[in-house]
Amino acid sequence: MSVVPISYYLVLSAILFGLGVVAFVFKRNIITIFMAIELMLNAVNLAFVAFARAWGQLDGLVFVFFVIVVAAAEAAVGLAIVITIYHSRQTLNIERVNLLKF
Amino acid sequence: MTLPFILFFVFALISIAGAVLLIVAREPIHSALSLILVMMALAMLYLMLGAEFIAAVQIIVYAGAIMVLFVFVIMLLNAGVEERTDWSKMAKYAGLPVAVLLLLELAHWMSHSLIGETPANGAGSANVMVSTRDLSMQLFQKYLFPFEATSILILIAILGALVLAKKDE
Repeated sequence: MSVVPISYYLVLSAILFGLGVVAFVFKRNIITIFMAIELMLNAVNLAFVAFARAWGQLDGLVFVFFVIVVAAAEAAVGLAIVITIYHSRQTLNIERVNLLKF
Repeated sequence: MTLPFILFFVFALISIAGAVLLIVAREPIHSALSLILVMMALAMLYLMLGAEFIAAVQIIVYAGAIMVLFVFVIMLLNAGVEERTDWSKMAKYAGLPVAVLLLLELAHWMSHSLIGETPANGAGSANVMVSTRDLSMQLFQKYLFPFEATSILILIAILGALVLAKKDE
């Protein structure tokens, strides 16, 4: 089934990671910036699975499992922080959350 | 062009289109839905790579649980169209060349690395599908301690989310 060279998957992973970085830099909405982080994590997961496949090792898949768990924890805490920011500042625009910026 | 190649390019194009949609969409809910599209396409690619358990977890946990959490918060906060300011234009001019440079460097390095020449069913993978049994044996024997540590992490995350989201007395 898998006759597609592993480099194809890696290049796709690089493209998705790059698009995640672009979204992270461009987007002004704090929730969308969180989604850009999730996109980058997904791109890294694809590279993990591709490498696990190439070497016939299961360790890569276990790491993908852990990345997904950490992403779930990060989303829960991060979205709680987003809700707190919205309640205190009534905005989701990161340019209006600039108390620590001089 | 054989079937795996066609499938790979179809799902790769779907995932890249979803990522681009995430960037150009003005409404956060559209970004969230396009991110779900990316995750679904990636799950199909995991299936092609023989990782059927990871594909299922990707759909159930990522597209199911995490993205529902995102959509729920978007609905809860009634997030509308994001506003553009002068700063976002500056980010565009400074960020785009840097991001494109990073992209090119990553793609170049990954396609020219040593592993890049090996086919996907290369060394050591005799059976086509990685069995979930082998994966769980690995997870509960070699990686038992990290597995237990992640449960503590989840517990701490639940507590943190509760403390952050509760109303101030």
